[in-house]
Amino acid sequence: MRTTIHRWWATLFLWVAVLGMTGTPAAATDAPVIRLTAKKFEYDRREIVLKKGVPVVLEITSLDRMHGFNLPDFNLRADAVPGVVTRIRFTPDKTGRFVFFCDIFCGDGHETMGGTVIVKD
Amino acid sequence: MDHKIDRRDFLKLAGLGGAVFASGLSGWAQAAKSAGAQEFYFVQLSDTHWGFKGPKANPDAANTLKKAVAAVNSLERKPDFVVFTGDLTHTTDDPKIRRARMAEFRDIVSALNVKDVRFMPGEHDASLDRGEAYQEFFGKLNYTFDHQGVHFIALDNVSDPKAALGEAQLAWLKQDLDQKRKDAPIVVLTHRPLFALYPQWDWATRDGAVAIDLLLPHKNVTVFYGHIHQEHHHMTGHIAHHAAKSLIFPLPPAGSVPKRGPVPWDANAPYKGMGFRAVEADAEKAGYRIDERPVVKG
Repeated sequence: MRTTIHRWWATLFLWVAVLGMTGTPAAATDAPVIRLTAKKFEYDRREIVLKKGVPVVLEITSLDRMHGFNLPDFNLRADAVPGVVTRIRFTPDKTGRFVFFCDIFCGDGHETMGGTVIVKD
Repeated sequence: MDHKIDRRDFLKLAGLGGAVFASGLSGWAQAAKSAGAQEFYFVQLSDTHWGFKGPKANPDAANTLKKAVAAVNSLERKPDFVVFTGDLTHTTDDPKIRRARMAEFRDIVSALNVKDVRFMPGEHDASLDRGEAYQEFFGKLNYTFDHQGVHFIALDNVSDPKAALGEAQLAWLKQDLDQKRKDAPIVVLTHRPLFALYPQWDWATRDGAVAIDLLLPHKNVTVFYGHIHQEHHHMTGHIAHHAAKSLIFPLPPAGSVPKRGPVPWDANAPYKGMGFRAVEADAEKAGYRIDERPVVKG
Protein backbone atom coordinates (compact mmCIF):
# COMPACT_ATOMS: atom_id res chain seq x y z
CA MET A 1 0.00 0.00 0.00
CA ARG A 2 2.79 2.36 0.99
CA THR A 3 4.66 1.53 -2.24
CA THR A 4 1.56 2.36 -4.28
CA ILE A 5 1.19 5.71 -2.55
CA HIS A 6 4.87 6.47 -3.14
CA ARG A 7 4.47 5.66 -6.84
CA TRP A 8 1.40 7.88 -7.06
CA TRP A 9 3.24 10.80 -5.47
CA ALA A 10 6.29 10.22 -7.70
CA THR A 11 4.08 10.32 -10.80
CA LEU A 12 2.31 13.45 -9.60
CA PHE A 13 5.64 15.11 -8.77
CA LEU A 14 6.97 14.26 -12.23
CA TRP A 15 4.06 15.95 -13.97
CA VAL A 16 4.14 18.95 -11.67
CA ALA A 17 7.83 19.31 -12.45
CA VAL A 18 7.31 18.99 -16.17
CA LEU A 19 4.36 21.33 -16.44
CA GLY A 20 5.63 23.73 -13.82
CA MET A 21 8.96 24.32 -15.49
CA THR A 22 7.84 24.64 -19.05
CA GLY A 23 4.15 25.38 -19.18
CA THR A 24 4.06 23.13 -22.24
CA PRO A 25 5.45 19.62 -22.44
CA ALA A 26 8.24 19.28 -24.99
CA ALA A 27 6.18 16.93 -27.11
CA ALA A 28 3.80 19.80 -27.87
CA THR A 29 6.56 21.92 -29.39
CA ASP A 30 8.79 21.63 -32.41
CA ALA A 31 11.86 22.58 -30.45
CA PRO A 32 14.71 20.09 -30.50
CA VAL A 33 15.24 18.24 -27.24
CA ILE A 34 18.61 17.94 -25.58
CA ARG A 35 18.89 15.45 -22.75
CA LEU A 36 21.26 16.15 -19.91
CA THR A 37 21.91 13.60 -17.17
CA ALA A 38 23.69 14.47 -13.95
CA LYS A 39 25.57 12.23 -11.55
CA LYS A 40 28.42 12.75 -9.11
CA PHE A 41 30.35 14.80 -10.27
CA GLU A 42 29.58 15.32 -13.93
CA TYR A 43 26.92 15.74 -16.55
CA ASP A 44 26.90 13.35 -19.46
CA ARG A 45 27.58 16.29 -21.76
CA ARG A 46 30.51 18.63 -21.26
CA GLU A 47 29.34 20.83 -24.13
CA ILE A 48 25.94 21.72 -25.49
CA VAL A 49 25.97 23.39 -28.88
CA LEU A 50 22.98 25.59 -29.72
CA LYS A 51 21.99 28.02 -32.42
CA LYS A 52 21.11 31.61 -31.65
CA GLY A 53 17.42 32.33 -32.02
CA VAL A 54 16.45 28.66 -32.24
CA PRO A 55 14.27 27.40 -29.37
CA VAL A 56 15.45 24.30 -27.55
CA VAL A 57 14.14 22.09 -24.77
CA LEU A 58 16.59 20.83 -22.15
CA GLU A 59 15.50 17.63 -20.42
CA ILE A 60 17.40 17.31 -17.19
CA THR A 61 17.55 14.39 -14.80
CA SER A 62 19.91 12.75 -12.33
CA LEU A 63 21.11 9.20 -11.81
CA ASP A 64 22.13 9.31 -8.17
CA ARG A 65 21.07 12.27 -6.03
CA MET A 66 19.73 15.79 -6.29
CA HIS A 67 21.94 18.02 -8.40
CA GLY A 68 21.34 21.43 -9.88
CA PHE A 69 21.61 22.91 -13.34
CA ASN A 70 22.45 26.58 -13.46
CA LEU A 71 23.12 28.61 -16.59
CA PRO A 72 23.43 32.11 -15.14
CA ASP A 73 24.07 33.98 -18.39
CA PHE A 74 20.54 33.02 -19.47
CA ASN A 75 19.08 33.23 -15.98
CA LEU A 76 18.12 29.56 -16.11
CA ARG A 77 18.22 27.02 -13.34
CA ALA A 78 16.54 23.76 -12.44
CA ASP A 79 16.86 20.87 -10.05
CA ALA A 80 18.14 17.58 -11.46
CA VAL A 81 16.15 14.96 -9.58
CA PRO A 82 16.54 11.17 -9.80
CA GLY A 83 13.53 9.63 -11.52
CA VAL A 84 12.21 12.99 -12.67
CA VAL A 85 12.71 14.72 -16.01
CA THR A 86 12.69 18.49 -15.68
CA ARG A 87 12.20 20.37 -18.91
CA ILE A 88 13.39 23.91 -19.61
CA ARG A 89 12.44 25.57 -22.86
CA PHE A 90 14.46 28.57 -23.89
CA THR A 91 15.76 30.43 -26.90
CA PRO A 92 19.38 31.55 -26.76
CA ASP A 93 19.52 35.20 -27.73
CA LYS A 94 23.29 35.72 -27.77
CA THR A 95 26.31 33.91 -29.10
CA GLY A 96 29.34 32.78 -27.15
CA ARG A 97 30.49 30.22 -24.60
CA PHE A 98 28.54 30.09 -21.35
CA VAL A 99 29.25 28.10 -18.23
CA PHE A 100 26.67 25.79 -16.68
CA PHE A 101 27.24 24.09 -13.35
CA CYS A 102 25.71 22.14 -10.48
CA ASP A 103 24.45 24.61 -7.87
CA ILE A 104 23.38 22.08 -5.23
CA PHE A 105 26.37 21.02 -3.16
CA CYS A 106 26.87 17.32 -3.80
CA GLY A 107 30.25 16.41 -2.32
CA ASP A 108 33.97 16.37 -2.99
CA GLY A 109 34.01 17.11 -6.69
CA HIS A 110 31.01 19.41 -6.72
CA GLU A 111 33.12 22.42 -7.65
CA THR A 112 34.22 20.82 -10.91
CA MET A 113 30.77 19.65 -11.98
CA GLY A 114 29.83 21.71 -14.98
CA GLY A 115 30.11 22.28 -18.69
CA THR A 116 29.75 24.82 -21.45
CA VAL A 117 26.85 25.93 -23.58
CA ILE A 118 28.14 27.11 -26.95
CA VAL A 119 25.76 29.32 -28.90
CA LYS A 120 26.58 29.90 -32.56
CA ASP A 121 25.10 32.18 -35.20
CA MET B 1 24.82 51.08 -6.43
CA ASP B 2 26.93 47.99 -6.69
CA HIS B 3 30.59 48.03 -7.42
CA LYS B 4 33.93 46.47 -6.74
CA ILE B 5 36.61 48.41 -4.95
CA ASP B 6 40.22 47.53 -5.42
CA ARG B 7 42.98 47.81 -2.87
CA ARG B 8 44.29 51.05 -4.39
CA ASP B 9 40.90 52.74 -4.00
CA PHE B 10 40.71 51.71 -0.37
CA LEU B 11 44.20 52.90 0.34
CA LYS B 12 43.39 56.19 -1.34
CA LEU B 13 40.30 56.50 0.82
CA ALA B 14 42.19 55.76 3.96
CA GLY B 15 45.37 57.58 3.09
CA LEU B 16 47.35 54.55 4.17
CA GLY B 17 49.97 52.42 2.52
CA GLY B 18 51.78 49.16 3.00
CA ALA B 19 50.16 46.05 4.32
CA VAL B 20 47.47 47.75 6.31
CA PHE B 21 44.26 47.91 4.38
CA ALA B 22 41.64 50.30 5.65
CA SER B 23 38.07 50.74 4.55
CA GLY B 24 36.43 54.12 4.66
CA LEU B 25 33.62 53.07 6.91
CA SER B 26 33.67 56.23 8.93
CA GLY B 27 30.19 55.73 10.28
CA TRP B 28 31.14 52.47 11.89
CA ALA B 29 33.83 53.89 14.10
CA GLN B 30 31.89 57.06 14.80
CA ALA B 31 28.87 55.08 15.91
CA ALA B 32 31.04 52.83 18.06
CA LYS B 33 32.69 55.85 19.62
CA SER B 34 29.43 57.62 20.33
CA ALA B 35 28.16 54.49 22.08
CA GLY B 36 31.15 54.66 24.36
CA ALA B 37 32.78 51.63 22.84
CA GLN B 38 36.49 50.95 23.09
CA GLU B 39 38.76 50.02 20.24
CA PHE B 40 39.16 46.34 19.74
CA TYR B 41 40.28 43.89 17.14
CA PHE B 42 39.46 40.40 16.06
CA VAL B 43 41.03 37.82 13.78
CA GLN B 44 39.23 36.20 10.86
CA LEU B 45 40.42 32.82 9.62
CA SER B 46 38.64 31.08 6.80
CA ASP B 47 38.46 28.05 4.60
CA THR B 48 40.89 25.82 6.44
CA HIS B 49 39.45 22.67 4.79
CA TRP B 50 40.94 20.30 7.36
CA GLY B 51 41.22 16.87 5.74
CA PHE B 52 41.96 18.16 2.25
CA LYS B 53 44.60 16.27 0.34
CA GLY B 54 46.05 17.66 -2.87
CA PRO B 55 49.81 17.98 -3.07
CA LYS B 56 49.70 20.15 -6.19
CA ALA B 57 47.59 22.72 -4.37
CA ASN B 58 49.10 22.38 -0.92
CA PRO B 59 51.75 19.75 -0.10
CA ASP B 60 51.73 21.01 3.50
CA ALA B 61 47.99 20.66 4.06
CA ALA B 62 48.51 18.66 7.25
CA ASN B 63 50.45 21.53 8.84
CA THR B 64 49.03 24.75 7.44
CA LEU B 65 46.27 25.12 10.02
CA LYS B 66 48.71 24.44 12.85
CA LYS B 67 51.05 27.09 11.48
CA ALA B 68 48.18 29.57 11.24
CA VAL B 69 47.27 28.88 14.88
CA ALA B 70 50.90 29.51 15.83
CA ALA B 71 50.88 32.74 13.79
CA VAL B 72 47.77 33.99 15.59
CA ASN B 73 49.33 33.10 18.93
CA SER B 74 52.41 35.11 18.03
CA LEU B 75 50.51 38.31 17.20
CA GLU B 76 51.93 41.29 19.03
CA ARG B 77 48.60 41.92 20.70
CA LYS B 78 46.07 39.29 21.62
CA PRO B 79 42.82 39.64 19.67
CA ASP B 80 39.54 40.07 21.51
CA PHE B 81 38.19 37.09 19.63
CA VAL B 82 38.79 34.84 16.67
CA VAL B 83 36.18 33.83 14.10
CA PHE B 84 36.40 31.05 11.54
CA THR B 85 34.14 31.90 8.61
CA GLY B 86 33.40 28.43 7.34
CA ASP B 87 34.79 25.41 5.52
CA LEU B 88 36.55 24.37 8.68
CA THR B 89 36.78 20.87 7.25
CA HIS B 90 36.92 19.43 3.77
CA THR B 91 33.78 17.60 2.76
CA THR B 92 33.34 13.85 2.78
CA ASP B 93 30.40 11.56 2.12
CA ASP B 94 31.28 9.50 5.20
CA PRO B 95 29.63 10.86 8.37
CA LYS B 96 32.26 9.18 10.56
CA ILE B 97 35.14 10.79 8.68
CA ARG B 98 33.31 14.13 8.77
CA ARG B 99 33.07 13.94 12.54
CA ALA B 100 36.68 12.76 12.83
CA ARG B 101 37.83 15.78 10.82
CA MET B 102 35.74 18.11 12.95
CA ALA B 103 37.20 16.60 16.12
CA GLU B 104 40.74 17.00 14.76
CA PHE B 105 40.04 20.57 13.70
CA ARG B 106 38.64 21.39 17.12
CA ASP B 107 41.69 19.89 18.81
CA ILE B 108 44.10 21.88 16.65
CA VAL B 109 42.37 25.23 17.16
CA SER B 110 42.08 24.58 20.88
CA ALA B 111 45.76 25.62 20.92
CA LEU B 112 44.72 29.22 20.17
CA ASN B 113 45.57 31.33 23.17
CA VAL B 114 42.35 33.32 22.73
CA LYS B 115 39.44 32.47 24.98
CA ASP B 116 36.68 33.65 22.65
CA VAL B 117 36.74 31.54 19.46
CA ARG B 118 33.69 31.52 17.25
CA PHE B 119 32.82 29.21 14.40
CA MET B 120 30.65 29.27 11.33
CA PRO B 121 29.89 26.52 8.83
CA GLY B 122 30.85 26.37 5.18
CA GLU B 123 29.21 24.17 2.59
CA HIS B 124 31.98 21.60 3.05
CA ASP B 125 31.05 21.30 6.73
CA ALA B 126 27.31 21.45 6.57
CA SER B 127 25.70 21.00 3.16
CA LEU B 128 25.62 17.21 2.95
CA ASP B 129 23.90 16.67 6.30
CA ARG B 130 22.25 20.08 6.71
CA GLY B 131 24.61 20.96 9.52
CA GLU B 132 23.92 17.96 11.75
CA ALA B 133 27.55 17.06 12.51
CA TYR B 134 28.61 20.71 12.59
CA GLN B 135 26.08 21.50 15.32
CA GLU B 136 27.30 18.58 17.41
CA PHE B 137 30.79 20.06 17.47
CA PHE B 138 30.40 23.82 17.07
CA GLY B 139 26.87 24.78 18.05
CA LYS B 140 24.34 26.93 16.25
CA LEU B 141 24.49 27.55 12.52
CA ASN B 142 23.42 31.18 12.85
CA TYR B 143 23.58 33.43 15.87
CA THR B 144 24.29 36.92 17.11
CA PHE B 145 26.59 38.38 19.70
CA ASP B 146 27.61 41.81 20.85
CA HIS B 147 31.12 43.04 21.47
CA GLN B 148 32.16 46.49 22.63
CA GLY B 149 28.97 48.03 21.30
CA VAL B 150 29.09 46.29 17.93
CA HIS B 151 26.36 43.86 16.96
CA PHE B 152 27.65 40.79 15.12
CA ILE B 153 25.30 38.61 13.07
CA ALA B 154 26.53 35.22 11.85
CA LEU B 155 24.41 34.03 8.93
CA ASP B 156 24.22 30.50 7.59
CA ASN B 157 24.07 30.36 3.80
CA VAL B 158 25.45 26.85 3.47
CA SER B 159 23.49 24.24 5.44
CA ASP B 160 20.85 24.38 2.74
CA PRO B 161 22.75 22.69 -0.12
CA LYS B 162 21.03 25.12 -2.48
CA ALA B 163 23.10 27.91 -0.89
CA ALA B 164 20.14 29.83 0.44
CA LEU B 165 19.49 31.57 3.73
CA GLY B 166 15.87 30.51 3.64
CA GLU B 167 12.69 32.25 4.70
CA ALA B 168 12.96 31.30 8.38
CA GLN B 169 16.46 32.71 8.75
CA LEU B 170 15.56 35.85 6.82
CA ALA B 171 12.62 36.38 9.17
CA TRP B 172 14.98 35.86 12.11
CA LEU B 173 17.37 38.42 10.60
CA LYS B 174 14.59 40.94 10.09
CA GLN B 175 13.40 40.50 13.66
CA ASP B 176 16.93 41.00 14.95
CA LEU B 177 17.53 44.10 12.83
CA ASP B 178 14.17 45.59 13.80
CA GLN B 179 15.44 45.78 17.36
CA LYS B 180 18.48 47.82 16.36
CA ARG B 181 18.84 51.54 15.82
CA LYS B 182 19.38 52.44 12.20
CA ASP B 183 22.84 53.81 13.08
CA ALA B 184 23.90 50.85 15.22
CA PRO B 185 27.28 49.39 14.22
CA ILE B 186 26.60 45.98 12.68
CA VAL B 187 29.03 43.38 11.39
CA VAL B 188 27.64 40.48 9.37
CA LEU B 189 29.63 37.27 9.12
CA THR B 190 28.85 34.78 6.36
CA HIS B 191 30.62 32.03 4.46
CA ARG B 192 29.43 32.69 0.93
CA PRO B 193 29.15 36.21 -0.49
CA LEU B 194 25.70 37.69 0.01
CA PHE B 195 25.96 39.52 -3.30
CA ALA B 196 26.30 37.87 -6.72
CA LEU B 197 30.07 38.13 -7.00
CA TYR B 198 30.38 35.71 -9.89
CA PRO B 199 27.38 33.44 -10.37
CA GLN B 200 29.21 31.54 -13.14
CA TRP B 201 31.38 30.04 -10.41
CA ASP B 202 28.54 29.82 -7.92
CA TRP B 203 30.01 32.68 -5.89
CA ALA B 204 26.69 33.94 -4.64
CA THR B 205 23.87 33.26 -2.20
CA ARG B 206 20.60 32.40 -3.85
CA ASP B 207 18.52 34.75 -1.69
CA GLY B 208 21.40 36.98 -0.59
CA ALA B 209 19.80 40.04 -2.18
CA VAL B 210 16.92 39.74 0.29
CA ALA B 211 19.36 39.89 3.20
CA ILE B 212 21.11 42.91 1.67
CA ASP B 213 17.75 44.66 1.28
CA LEU B 214 17.10 44.07 4.98
CA LEU B 215 20.54 45.44 5.88
CA LEU B 216 20.50 48.50 3.60
CA PRO B 217 18.34 50.71 5.87
CA HIS B 218 21.07 50.36 8.49
CA LYS B 219 23.81 52.93 8.08
CA ASN B 220 26.78 51.08 9.53
CA VAL B 221 26.96 47.55 8.17
CA THR B 222 30.06 45.66 7.12
CA VAL B 223 30.24 42.06 5.94
CA PHE B 224 33.17 39.68 6.39
CA TYR B 225 33.02 36.39 4.55
CA GLY B 226 35.11 33.56 3.03
CA HIS B 227 34.39 30.92 0.38
CA ILE B 228 36.30 32.49 -2.52
CA HIS B 229 39.78 31.83 -1.08
CA GLN B 230 41.15 35.29 -1.78
CA GLU B 231 41.02 38.83 -0.57
CA HIS B 232 38.21 40.74 -2.23
CA HIS B 233 36.41 43.99 -1.49
CA HIS B 234 33.06 45.11 -2.82
CA MET B 235 30.35 47.63 -2.06
CA THR B 236 26.60 47.13 -2.33
CA GLY B 237 25.36 50.64 -1.66
CA HIS B 238 27.04 51.72 1.56
CA ILE B 239 27.66 48.14 2.73
CA ALA B 240 31.23 46.91 2.39
CA HIS B 241 31.90 43.21 1.82
CA HIS B 242 35.38 41.85 2.58
CA ALA B 243 36.37 38.31 1.54
CA ALA B 244 39.21 36.60 3.39
CA LYS B 245 42.04 34.45 2.13
CA SER B 246 41.99 30.70 2.64
CA LEU B 247 44.29 28.59 4.78
CA ILE B 248 44.45 25.68 2.36
CA PHE B 249 44.89 27.06 -1.18
CA PRO B 250 44.07 30.23 -3.09
CA LEU B 251 41.55 30.36 -5.92
CA PRO B 252 42.02 32.55 -9.00
CA PRO B 253 40.16 35.85 -9.42
CA ALA B 254 36.61 35.46 -10.70
CA GLY B 255 36.49 34.66 -14.40
CA SER B 256 40.26 34.97 -14.85
CA VAL B 257 40.57 31.35 -16.01
CA PRO B 258 38.07 29.11 -17.81
CA LYS B 259 37.57 26.78 -14.85
CA ARG B 260 37.61 27.44 -11.14
CA GLY B 261 40.33 25.44 -9.42
CA PRO B 262 43.14 25.83 -6.88
CA VAL B 263 46.09 28.00 -7.81
CA PRO B 264 49.02 25.56 -7.89
CA TRP B 265 51.47 25.61 -4.98
CA ASP B 266 54.54 27.73 -5.68
CA ALA B 267 57.58 25.98 -4.21
CA ASN B 268 59.49 29.25 -4.45
CA ALA B 269 56.83 31.06 -2.43
CA PRO B 270 55.14 28.57 -0.09
CA TYR B 271 51.71 29.63 1.22
CA LYS B 272 51.51 32.39 -1.37
CA GLY B 273 47.97 33.71 -1.56
CA MET B 274 47.02 32.18 1.80
CA GLY B 275 46.67 33.86 5.13
CA PHE B 276 44.36 35.34 7.71
CA ARG B 277 43.45 38.84 8.75
CA ALA B 278 43.32 41.03 11.78
CA VAL B 279 40.41 43.48 11.79
CA GLU B 280 40.65 46.53 13.97
CA ALA B 281 38.18 49.29 14.73
CA ASP B 282 40.23 52.47 14.62
CA ALA B 283 38.29 55.31 16.19
CA GLU B 284 41.11 57.78 15.62
CA LYS B 285 41.18 57.24 11.86
CA ALA B 286 37.44 56.68 11.74
CA GLY B 287 37.51 53.39 9.88
CA TYR B 288 38.21 49.71 9.84
CA ARG B 289 41.76 48.57 9.52
CA ILE B 290 42.17 45.21 7.85
CA ASP B 291 45.62 43.80 8.21
CA GLU B 292 46.29 40.81 5.98
CA ARG B 293 48.71 38.39 7.60
CA PRO B 294 50.69 35.52 6.04
CA VAL B 295 50.62 31.94 7.31
CA VAL B 296 54.32 32.19 8.06
CA LYS B 297 56.46 35.30 8.24
CA GLY B 298 58.62 35.65 5.12
